[in-house]
Amino acid sequence: MTDRQLGSLESLEGRYRMLRLIRGFEQLALGLVKSGAITGGIHPYIGQEAVAVGVCAALRPQDRITSTHRGHGHVLAKGADPGRLLAELCGRVDGLNQGRGGSMHAADLSLGILGANGIVGAGAPIAVGAAWAARQAGEDRVAVSFFGDGALNQGVLLESLNLAAMWQLPVLFVCENNGYATTLPAATAVAGSGTGRAAGFGIPAVEVDGMDTEAVREATALAVRRAREGGGPAFLECRTYRFEGHHTMERRMKLRYRSPEEIEQWRARDPLERAAAALDGGRRAAIDTEVEAELAEAERFALASGHPDPAGACDHLYADGLRPRAGAVA
Amino acid sequence: MSKLSYTKALNRALGDALAEDPAVFVLGEDIGAGLAGPTLGLLDRFGPGRVVDTPLSEQAFTGMAVGAALAGRRPVIEFQIPALLFLVFEQLVNQAHKFSLMTGGQTGVPLTCLVPGSGSRDGWAGQHSDHPYSLFAHAGVKTVVPATPTDAYGLLLSAVRDPDPVVVFAPAALLGVRENVTWELAPVPLGSARVHRTGTDVTVVAVGHLVHEALAVAEELAGEISVEVLDPRTLHPFDWAALAASLERTGRLVVIDDSNRSCGIGAEILATAAEEMRLIAPPRRITRPDGAVLPFALGLDRALQPGRDQLLHAVRSVVKNPWR
Repeated sequence: MTDRQLGSLESLEGRYRMLRLIRGFEQLALGLVKSGAITGGIHPYIGQEAVAVGVCAALRPQDRITSTHRGHGHVLAKGADPGRLLAELCGRVDGLNQGRGGSMHAADLSLGILGANGIVGAGAPIAVGAAWAARQAGEDRVAVSFFGDGALNQGVLLESLNLAAMWQLPVLFVCENNGYATTLPAATAVAGSGTGRAAGFGIPAVEVDGMDTEAVREATALAVRRAREGGGPAFLECRTYRFEGHHTMERRMKLRYRSPEEIEQWRARDPLERAAAALDGGRRAAIDTEVEAELAEAERFALASGHPDPAGACDHLYADGLRPRAGAVA
Repeated sequence: MSKLSYTKALNRALGDALAEDPAVFVLGEDIGAGLAGPTLGLLDRFGPGRVVDTPLSEQAFTGMAVGAALAGRRPVIEFQIPALLFLVFEQLVNQAHKFSLMTGGQTGVPLTCLVPGSGSRDGWAGQHSDHPYSLFAHAGVKTVVPATPTDAYGLLLSAVRDPDPVVVFAPAALLGVRENVTWELAPVPLGSARVHRTGTDVTVVAVGHLVHEALAVAEELAGEISVEVLDPRTLHPFDWAALAASLERTGRLVVIDDSNRSCGIGAEILATAAEEMRLIAPPRRITRPDGAVLPFALGLDRALQPGRDQLLHAVRSVVKNPWR
């Protein structure tokens, strides 16, 4: 699955296909939240697909990523199986994490996906560690840390930038600046700029149109090539936007922190439409049909998968199989 | 026969761990120079790829160790003072410890934290004198507090070999302690207690440096009260079977634990004994006060730490007072 999907990102068609898959996956997941098949809610990625697809198109299967709580796009673009990711979101045994992680912790170590993460900024030092280990092993793998604009205010991110720069590690920091840390506008939260912060550590930093898959891919490819050659870390600030709320509870709460006009302005720059416009109409329709079929199969697979046995709720708590004491002693 | 100091034992364990497994590396502040002791000489022996001096960025280098572990390495982090663990609770408890479960068993995080100089260091005041092992046991992180040089060697080696995160607390009061070693040093399995002295009247469970206080009290009371001294060595997982076996012999329990009283490991030991084990008298515990912060002045510092006199009193009172 990895080689096929990552390899497929080498072409414009392949990248369109992945944008379409992520978009369709998110729409499907939104429906499953509504129906109750997914409990706890999700953080939809709709609108930001160009970042995941553009970055992952410049990676190799052995490269590693750390992701965010808005991670479905990264996980799919790095090659995860949509059916197993959806099963994970539904808390089923055939999920990527056997139903133990859910949306915010989806991981597939075999694909270099070191996990979505529920703590803002937490993936950055993990990516630094993966990059350090790869370099020590003499491998030319790079590590990518995806994070949002909210993470720009986390100390651990700044510490991580320093370590990566001091040690010239092959790590790429990808800031998905969607303008809001939950409901807090970046303009009222981020002093200076993201790129300015990275530049302060001597890390080459560029701002990229995060609604343009090709621009993201090209910027990533440059940074990754330099990192593989020992040129050290890089920082990309992708200016993007989420068309949906921060999470799926938001609609029910009727929060208003963004104007309809602002949302419409960004919707007019939809990365999916942009990628579609570059393709022949017939080919595009054929890809859409294929993706629909893949998503229908993913949904069938996820919903057919069993629920985990409650008796195994503490399985995997320890890697050595240690069984903790029960919470209640009869 | 040779004399082995506690710090030297930690140093030998790290050296042996580095030598036996190329995936092991040590990182932390001032470890190249060996300022805290356990890493002395390791940089010369293993080089900067295995002994990594870090900037003062505890959160980043602890998160970095998690990432390196996910990429197949076995990091050992040395923290110079115990309070740094509060800074990295996120990386240790919320990331390292949770990865195995959250990934459905795809990976463990074989990370070891070594805290030489935990607890009071006589005059280092509020932010350098905590002994926060109970927090880690509560969170489910494997937690080790060796009381002797040979146990320090054996438990640290086992911690580094373990597939899960482990925090090894080396009490400041023990770092200079020396032990006659007449046998080969060997790994000590996590989760196994050690009975340092057998007795029939009362079991004293003592943690870390307090094992030596308990042994002194037992000696002082010999002839009057027969005291068994049990050192759990690992606080999580705890060797409950060893405690139950000891209480089968004695039926009476005193715990001495240099962490805060409320929600401390001492409370857990008493609760479990009360729920599940044979007790013929109300158990007692001796701890720091609730929510203690150690004051600077030496007399004040010591006033808040559990000590020998309190233990002596508690042992006598437990032996005299059966359940009413």
